[in-house]
Amino acid sequence: MKPGSTLAACAALVRRDLTLVWRRRGDAANPILFALIVVALFPLALGPEPEQLRRIAAGVVFVAILLAGLLALDTLFRSDYEDGSLEQLVLSPHPLSLLLACKIAVHWLTTALPLIVVSPLLGELLHLAAPLRGLLPLALLLATPLLSLLGAVCVALTVGMHRSGMLLALLVLPLYVPVLIFGAGACNAAQAGLPFAAPLLWLGAALVLVLVLAPLACAAALRISLS
Amino acid sequence: MNALTLWFHKTGSPPTAYRLAGRIMPWCYGLGLVLGLVALYGGLVLAPRDYQQGDAYRIIFIHVPCAWMGLFAYFFMAANAFIALVWRIKLSEVLAMAAAPVGAAFTFITLVTGSLWGKPMWGTWWTWDARLTSELVLLFLYLGVIGLHAAIEDRRQAARAAGFLALIGVVNIPIVHFSVNWWNTLHQGSTVRLMGPSKIDGSMIWPLLLMALATHVWFFGSVLARTRIGLLELDGGKDWVRAIALGETEARA
Repeated sequence: MKPGSTLAACAALVRRDLTLVWRRRGDAANPILFALIVVALFPLALGPEPEQLRRIAAGVVFVAILLAGLLALDTLFRSDYEDGSLEQLVLSPHPLSLLLACKIAVHWLTTALPLIVVSPLLGELLHLAAPLRGLLPLALLLATPLLSLLGAVCVALTVGMHRSGMLLALLVLPLYVPVLIFGAGACNAAQAGLPFAAPLLWLGAALVLVLVLAPLACAAALRISLS
Repeated sequence: MNALTLWFHKTGSPPTAYRLAGRIMPWCYGLGLVLGLVALYGGLVLAPRDYQQGDAYRIIFIHVPCAWMGLFAYFFMAANAFIALVWRIKLSEVLAMAAAPVGAAFTFITLVTGSLWGKPMWGTWWTWDARLTSELVLLFLYLGVIGLHAAIEDRRQAARAAGFLALIGVVNIPIVHFSVNWWNTLHQGSTVRLMGPSKIDGSMIWPLLLMALATHVWFFGSVLARTRIGLLELDGGKDWVRAIALGETEARA
């Protein structure tokens, strides 16, 4: 890898972001704890009957992970904005969308992937139906990158604000609606014994599309909010 | 510079746009009011009762035009946001942001009237029907745009960021509509449907279309009124705004 090339810049950015997460690895567990607590609240609210919990298990896990991801979104640009390195990224000669794609990828790896790993545990807490044990992580594997990419665009729009949490939820959640419908829909269809390939394929198609477009949109949004 | 571009630049400049909007606005309001009253008379008095729904169906004369306006306002907003982002035209920024609360209000009226109609007809205020859900998401998209616009201090930057969000939303609307349809039809058959406009009698269709025209005209009047204020805020320190402000205080004194 030639120093100064775009590839080197991406690699350096990935290494830096991973190092930063590793230095504060205690924080990395927060989304998992959050999802765990949200899931634990449902039996407390609805009662411990396994049948009832099994019916809503996949949807609840999906929503819990979606919300955990939403809360984790704020960390995507926050520290970079505060120490000024985000502006250096915007000023750098390399394509901003590519650099942002690297950042989003690292963010997904460090926040969403652990959530997917613990999703069988979350499912088990709610007596998830046996045929869904493999399907739920698969659906999450397709859905969470979409959530991260769509969320990144909205975070880029709110990056300079002090208390952006509520506003961010208002911006992001309407965009999450289709992802939730297809992701949780696939699980519900499987639970009802219906074919579930179509929603997963739709998720995959949307992921390919958003993977291309979201970094570009994210770069444009970041330019607007840093101008 | 040829005549057309000259006209374009002139009309786009805040003082001219302010004056022009002030001249058009009362006409829009007046025409909207007259057309709306005629349409209401036609819908509430002249149109016959529905053989199944009785008089309750008459709420569609408000409900359906407002639903159309909710979408129309969104596309108006998105088109202006696009122009504002690409060509950096101030007037389009203001127009786009002026359309957001008006569109949100129309969407809100749609939801409320639909729910009022749903209680006697379906026996429930709310059902997770595909159309209702996508209308609700549309309202949230509006609120997101309004919220983002209000949260950023710098007016031009706020308009650009919110406009960008509106453009993302315009991509999202068909996707939401499609996915919600898919979601609903998977779970349950469509037991409830709003009536199709094509199956409607002539005596009922003309007030509906007239009301749609009235809401359009009213929408433009309302947007122009908001645009005028938006322009004043945007150019707060400029001479022409000061002249207007001083002129008004002198007139009052």
